[in-house]
Amino acid sequence: MSSPSDIAAWQEPALTSSGVPNAKLGIWLFLASEVMLFSTLFTSYVVLRLGAASWPRGWVALNVPLAMVNTIVLITSSVTMVLAYAKVIEKDLSGFRKYMMATIGLAFLFLIFKSFEYGSHFTHHEYPSTSIFHAVYFTMTGLHCIHVIGGIIVNTGLLFMANEQFDHPLFAGRVEGAGLYWHFVDIVWIFLFPCIYLI
Amino acid sequence: MVKKNNHAAAAHDSHSHAHHELTFWQKYVFSLDHKIIGLQYLITSLIFLLIGFTFMMVMRWSLAFPGTPLPVLGRLFPADLAPNGVISGEFYNSLGAMHGTIMVFLGVVPLGVGAFGNYVLPLQIGAPDMAFPRMNMASYWTYLPGGLLMLASFVLPGGAAQSGWTSYPPLSIINPGQTVWLVGMVLLITSSLMGSINFIVTTLNLRAPGMSLMRMPLFVWSELVTSVLLLLAFPPLEAAAIMQFMDRVFHTSFYIPQGLVVLGMLHKASGGGQPLLWQHLFWFLAHPEVYVLLLPPMGIVMEIIANNTRKPPHGYKTVVASMCGIGAMSFVVWAHHMFVSGMSATLSNFFLVTTMIISVPSVAILTCMVFSLKGGSIRFNVPMLWALAFLPMFGIGGLTGLPLGLTATDIYLHDTYYVIGHFHYVVVTGSIVAMIGGVYYWFPKWYGRKMNDTLGYLHFWGTLACMNGVFFPMFIQGLAGQNRRYYDPTAHLHNLPTQPLHVVSSVSAWCLFLFQLPFIYNFFHSMFAGEKTEENPWKATTLEWACPSPPPHGNFEKTPRVYRGPYEYSLPGAKTDWAPQHVEAV
Amino acid sequence: MTTNIYGWGLPVAASTYARDIDFGIRLIHWAMFTIFILWAIFFTYLLIRYKKRDGVPAEREPEHHGIISTSLIPDIIVMVFEIGLIFFYAIPVWSKVKTVFPKESEANRIDVIAEQFAWNVHYPGADGKFGKRDLAKIHFSNPIGLDHDDPAAADDVVLANEIHMPIGKPTLIRLTSKDVIHSFWVPEFRVKQDAVPGMTIPVWVEPNRVGTYELSCAQLCGFAHSLMRATVVVQTPEDYEKWLKSVAPVAVASASTSTKGSDSW
Repeated sequence: MSSPSDIAAWQEPALTSSGVPNAKLGIWLFLASEVMLFSTLFTSYVVLRLGAASWPRGWVALNVPLAMVNTIVLITSSVTMVLAYAKVIEKDLSGFRKYMMATIGLAFLFLIFKSFEYGSHFTHHEYPSTSIFHAVYFTMTGLHCIHVIGGIIVNTGLLFMANEQFDHPLFAGRVEGAGLYWHFVDIVWIFLFPCIYLI
Repeated sequence: MVKKNNHAAAAHDSHSHAHHELTFWQKYVFSLDHKIIGLQYLITSLIFLLIGFTFMMVMRWSLAFPGTPLPVLGRLFPADLAPNGVISGEFYNSLGAMHGTIMVFLGVVPLGVGAFGNYVLPLQIGAPDMAFPRMNMASYWTYLPGGLLMLASFVLPGGAAQSGWTSYPPLSIINPGQTVWLVGMVLLITSSLMGSINFIVTTLNLRAPGMSLMRMPLFVWSELVTSVLLLLAFPPLEAAAIMQFMDRVFHTSFYIPQGLVVLGMLHKASGGGQPLLWQHLFWFLAHPEVYVLLLPPMGIVMEIIANNTRKPPHGYKTVVASMCGIGAMSFVVWAHHMFVSGMSATLSNFFLVTTMIISVPSVAILTCMVFSLKGGSIRFNVPMLWALAFLPMFGIGGLTGLPLGLTATDIYLHDTYYVIGHFHYVVVTGSIVAMIGGVYYWFPKWYGRKMNDTLGYLHFWGTLACMNGVFFPMFIQGLAGQNRRYYDPTAHLHNLPTQPLHVVSSVSAWCLFLFQLPFIYNFFHSMFAGEKTEENPWKATTLEWACPSPPPHGNFEKTPRVYRGPYEYSLPGAKTDWAPQHVEAV
Repeated sequence: MTTNIYGWGLPVAASTYARDIDFGIRLIHWAMFTIFILWAIFFTYLLIRYKKRDGVPAEREPEHHGIISTSLIPDIIVMVFEIGLIFFYAIPVWSKVKTVFPKESEANRIDVIAEQFAWNVHYPGADGKFGKRDLAKIHFSNPIGLDHDDPAAADDVVLANEIHMPIGKPTLIRLTSKDVIHSFWVPEFRVKQDAVPGMTIPVWVEPNRVGTYELSCAQLCGFAHSLMRATVVVQTPEDYEKWLKSVAPVAVASASTSTKGSDSW
């Protein structure tokens, strides 16, 4: 529709001292804190792995093909999220609904595949307490899942909010913010997958 | 650089009512107004400070008179905590761990950031409220349940945490009581993160026109840097706490090495973890945390000094740069808490150097504070006494950090009473003293009435004397080798000669409590019956004094416009010795 | 008596590097006192000189631009002092105490295994070799799990809460813990090192004063942390040898010998 600066202006009902709308700045700050959270877990993983006498190979101990599918599912959901946002800009409510439902559906699919994965481990009596490798695997992917659930809740909320507030001047900003969060969740997985499953 | 500001819409989109009446619950309990939330934080944090203080007063009996039953209260405690009225080791450790936790996370930070920050910051930048009023309310209502959960841990199965506020594994994994502490910490961290996002966005975005960054009061700068620290430093602790929770509840081994034998039995865990990992992650937060404890009170001291010397403080830019420098450097000094922990000795040298470097901006700020007095016309009112006391007291605290930050001397002083003396001087005689001054200073704005001066002077002198009575002996004890966290110091020979100093500290602590009573009375009595005051009783220049006392919802009738810096006192050519920021012609 | 060696101040210095550490502590305290007194005098002067007087307005300072100002002079002085302390004192002393260890062949060696709430001391005995320790063999009567089937363990001595050292020779300690973090601290030696389970950390000290000293646990380790202490006895080399012989296990034909010595704690 329009160039990026037009979209920015359309979203800004009030000009702020920094030039960045409140909610957008807020989301970026929140994501900065989330980066610190996940970095700590990644750093701890490195420390624990380097200090361990032995460490199983991800492709031996984990279900890589399923995780690969999950990776594609999550990346696709990021794409549908962007498309949902584009539909808000274009003021296309039914388009927005379609893509947002796709995003939420794909997120659910991710969780379903994840539950197969976890279930399979539990059936083989592999729990977080089984070894330090499993502790790291379950905790990092578990925390990631909690963030996926958070994203589902937010996106579902936006889906319902669109019924009344699709034309509200701040609605697009909210979808953009949720999109930023969702991309972050995706990026975390994109790091998690190779670090835990592939090496 | 400063655009025309129309932030009213942004801040008010969540409650864009013009005149509809709020219910009691909406107005006073689940308020979205930063001022009410600020007062909620104020009262709650002061109560938590008192509770934490009470724990210490009980502990001080054990320190002064080990093995003797606690008078009166001893009979009230259950037998497993205090058999025959004598405080047990577990109970002492619980009180100690909770004293630290409550004071740091439920007391000083919520007071400095949640109370003062919430109430004063939006006013000082000329904003009608915080950027996210609903999130502000959520912040408080996450803090309070977190705090109540921490207190409730005493009566929940497992009891309260008893592994120190530092919660080092493996002790914290095998000891009872830690799980509730971890959940409480997650709630408190969540509250803090919401608050820090709010403060940063508000400060960057909602400043009144003309209020450039370099015209902001130093208190606002201190809150801004503090919020950045909270935003970035807390998540690592959250991750570490999640891993400790996993170790306790799901029996993982993030912090448990192979082959632990506890009380004769092989501990069932997969092993492969590292106890030192927790220490690194904990202190990664906890060191910036101490600057969170320090910076807002420093900001408060600058406000009070500027106002009561009737001149701009010395070195505004130096102070701003130093605050930012302290903030940045605070992330690379953490392992000076771990010199003897077993971490690599070479790594220790790195942290030795960074720790020495961080003393530079701290000294700079203190120097600016002292130099600010030069040339002034000093008024010795109650807030000013507290602000002035901060200077030598924080000086002692800061100086005693030197032998602790130096690796070689820390070998001896680590985990002795010297450390306790050091950090209490900076936090209690430093931060808390400054914040009490802040209460006296801003009370007229909050309640439209002044606190009683006579009670204020009594509170000041008694508190200052007793605080020194509690903490100064600790340096002597530390040099003599008194260990931390011993409920019975007399079990060790080298502690015996300085045992009388425990009595001095304990009696001072109990007297310190008595001297808070006039303050408590003064605070509540003045709220309703204090001498009424006007908008600007201290004749101050900053924007919070440019609206009624207390300010109405929305704060300013119309958004102020800022024409000058925050401390233009004794401006040549001005009619009065204070030139408010928002008045064009003076 | 022991009470002479403690007082209101640093305890007696009983090791070779104690005086290095004491030098730093004393130097810094003199510096701190001096800094504080000078500032206090200046501060008091300012409060008196610039007290509000009727008709006398405050004097603003001349316009100043930039971050560098006279207030940085105290900073520069402090920085120079600190740089001196770091490079000429802290790094060398720290290196001496924590990274440069005596050769195993030249040192008196013991292993210290901390537990809730006692200090187990494992002496290698006359053969100078430590018998193997095995977790599975840990028992009330064998707190460090000494493997009596190991011939090197035959002359090993295991004591609780009693450490003997000869004077004039460095003692090299391998420190570890069975359960939680403890900390090996002998105030008179100025030695302190956390004992971390899962890690074996070397510590060395060369006592230079005969006497009886105190080992106090310096890291919160549980409800009886306050009671966790041991006795450290520094003896002449002759007395030390005599003592070692007196506690050595009696040689027995069969492999399984129980250690003599006080196990009670």
